Amino acid sequence: MIFVFALFLLTLLVITALAIVHTENLFVAVMLTSIFSLLMAANFFILDAADVALTEAAVGAGVTTVIFLSALALTGEREKPRVGGRNIALVTVGILALLIIYATFDKPRLGDPNAPVHQHVAPWYLEKTPEYMGFPNVVTAVLSSFRGYDTLGEVFVVFAACIGVLFILGVRPPRESLEPRDESSGLRHHLIPQVVGRLLVPFIVLFGLYVQFHGEYGPGGGFQAGAIIATGVILYALLEGEAEALRAVPRSVLLGMVIGGAMLFGSVGVVCMLMGGAFLDYSVLAADPVWGQQLGILIIEAGVGMAVCGALLSIFHAFAARESLS
Amino acid sequence: MIDIGLDILSWILLTLGGACVLIGGIGGLRLPNFYTRIHAASLTDTMATLLIFAGMMLQAGLSLPTLKLLAIMLFLLLTGPTATYALANAALLSGLKPDAETVTDNDKGHAG
Amino acid sequence: MYILVSIAILVTMVLALVRALLGPSVYDRVLAVNVFGTKTVLLLSVMAFLNGRPDFLDLALAYALINMVGILAVLVFFQSRSSAKERAESD
Repeated sequence: MIFVFALFLLTLLVITALAIVHTENLFVAVMLTSIFSLLMAANFFILDAADVALTEAAVGAGVTTVIFLSALALTGEREKPRVGGRNIALVTVGILALLIIYATFDKPRLGDPNAPVHQHVAPWYLEKTPEYMGFPNVVTAVLSSFRGYDTLGEVFVVFAACIGVLFILGVRPPRESLEPRDESSGLRHHLIPQVVGRLLVPFIVLFGLYVQFHGEYGPGGGFQAGAIIATGVILYALLEGEAEALRAVPRSVLLGMVIGGAMLFGSVGVVCMLMGGAFLDYSVLAADPVWGQQLGILIIEAGVGMAVCGALLSIFHAFAARESLS
Repeated sequence: MIDIGLDILSWILLTLGGACVLIGGIGGLRLPNFYTRIHAASLTDTMATLLIFAGMMLQAGLSLPTLKLLAIMLFLLLTGPTATYALANAALLSGLKPDAETVTDNDKGHAG
Repeated sequence: MYILVSIAILVTMVLALVRALLGPSVYDRVLAVNVFGTKTVLLLSVMAFLNGRPDFLDLALAYALINMVGILAVLVFFQSRSSAKERAESD
C-alpha cells in the first residue's frame, strides 16, 4: 500500500515538474515549485526518511518561496523567450534519460536487504549507534559524528553560499534611509494576519529550538532548526516590515552567526585534537566517551543551526535591501 | 465496550473528515470562480481538519501524540483561514471582482 | 480506516494540483497551493498513524506552523507590486 502511495506521489511530482518547465509565467512557476516541495516532503516521509522530509519542510515551505518571490520582485514576471538550442537540449536530455532508465535495470528493488548499500557500513552504524552515542536517531549520529567531516564541509558550503550571495546582491545598508519606509512596508494594515502571525512567531522559534535539541531522539537537527528559526524571523519581517526585523536581529548578529557557527564546528574538531583524539572525534571531550560524543554532537549541531539560520536570513535581507533600493 | 464505542466514533469522524476533504477538493475544482472556490477550500481547511484530527485523537488516547495532534489542529485552524482571508483580501484589492457574471466560465480556454 | 482517509486526501491533492495547473487567475493557483499545503499536513498526520510512527508527527507540526509564511509572502509580493505600479503610473 505504501508502495502504491509513493508511486502515486512520484507521478504527481513528475507532472508538477513538467508544468514548472512548461509555464512561462515565473510567478506560476514559483507556486508550482512550492507544490513540488510539498510533494517531495510527503514522498520522503512515506519512504520513512523523516529527517530529510523535515529539512524539505523547513526549507521548502517558507524560506524558498519567500526568496523566490524576492528574486521575482527584482526581475520580470515573464520568462524570456528562448531562441534556438531547443533541439540540442532535447537530444541531450533524451540520451541521458535513456541511459538512466537503462541503469535502473541493475538497481536492486526498493528495500531489498541484499542491496549493496545495506551491506556496506549501514549495519555497522545501526548496530553501534546506541553503544557509542546512547541515543536512538541513527541519522543524527551518522550526520554529526560518524560522517562529521561531510557535515563540516556542508556548513562551509552554506557559509560560502551566503558570502557569494552577499557579494552579488549585498548593498551597503542604507544608513540615511533607516527611518521606516512608507506604511505599505509589511502587512501592518492587515489586522488578521498581523494578529495570527504575531501569535505564531514565538511558537515557530520554540519549535525550532525543540527540533534543535530533540534531534538525537526524533527527526531533526541543526539544519532543520536553523531553517525553522529563520522562517520565524522572516514571518516577523513580513508582518512588521523588513527594517523592523533588522532592528530585532541586526546584520552584524546575522554575520556573526554564520561565521561563529562555522567556527564553532571547526573549533570543536581542533579541541578534540588538542585533547588527544582525532579531528572531530568527540569521545575524548569528556571522561565517559558516550558523554563526550553527546556533548560534541550538541555543540556542533548548535554551530550548524547558527550558521544555517544566519545564512538564510542574510540572504533574505540581501534580497530585500536590493528591492527597497530599486 | 467503551473501546469499541470509541473506535466506532473515531471511524465515523475519520470517514466524515475524508468526505469533507473530498467535497472541498471537488468544489475547488468545479466551482465557477475564485471567490466560490475559496468557499470550498475553507471546508477542507476547517471542518475536515477538525473531524480528522478528532478521530485520530480518539484513536491515540491520552498520550504525547494526542497533545501533538491537538497542537497541529489548533495551528491549522488558526493559519488556514488566515491564509485564505489574506488571499481573498489580496484578490479583492487587486481588482478581481466578486461578480458572478463577469468571472463565470473564464476557466474555459484560459488553461495553462 | 486510515487508508480510506489518506486516499481521500490524495484525491483532493490531485484536484488541487489540477486547479493549480489550470489557473486561470494567479489567485486560484495560490489558493490551490494553500489547499495543497493543508492537505499535506493532513496526509502526513494520517500517514504517521497508518505507519504506526506517531513520533513523526513533528513533521506535520512543522508544516502547520510554517505553511502560512509562504502565503503571506505572496500577499506582500502582490502589495509591493501594486504599489510599484501605482508609483510608476503617477510618475
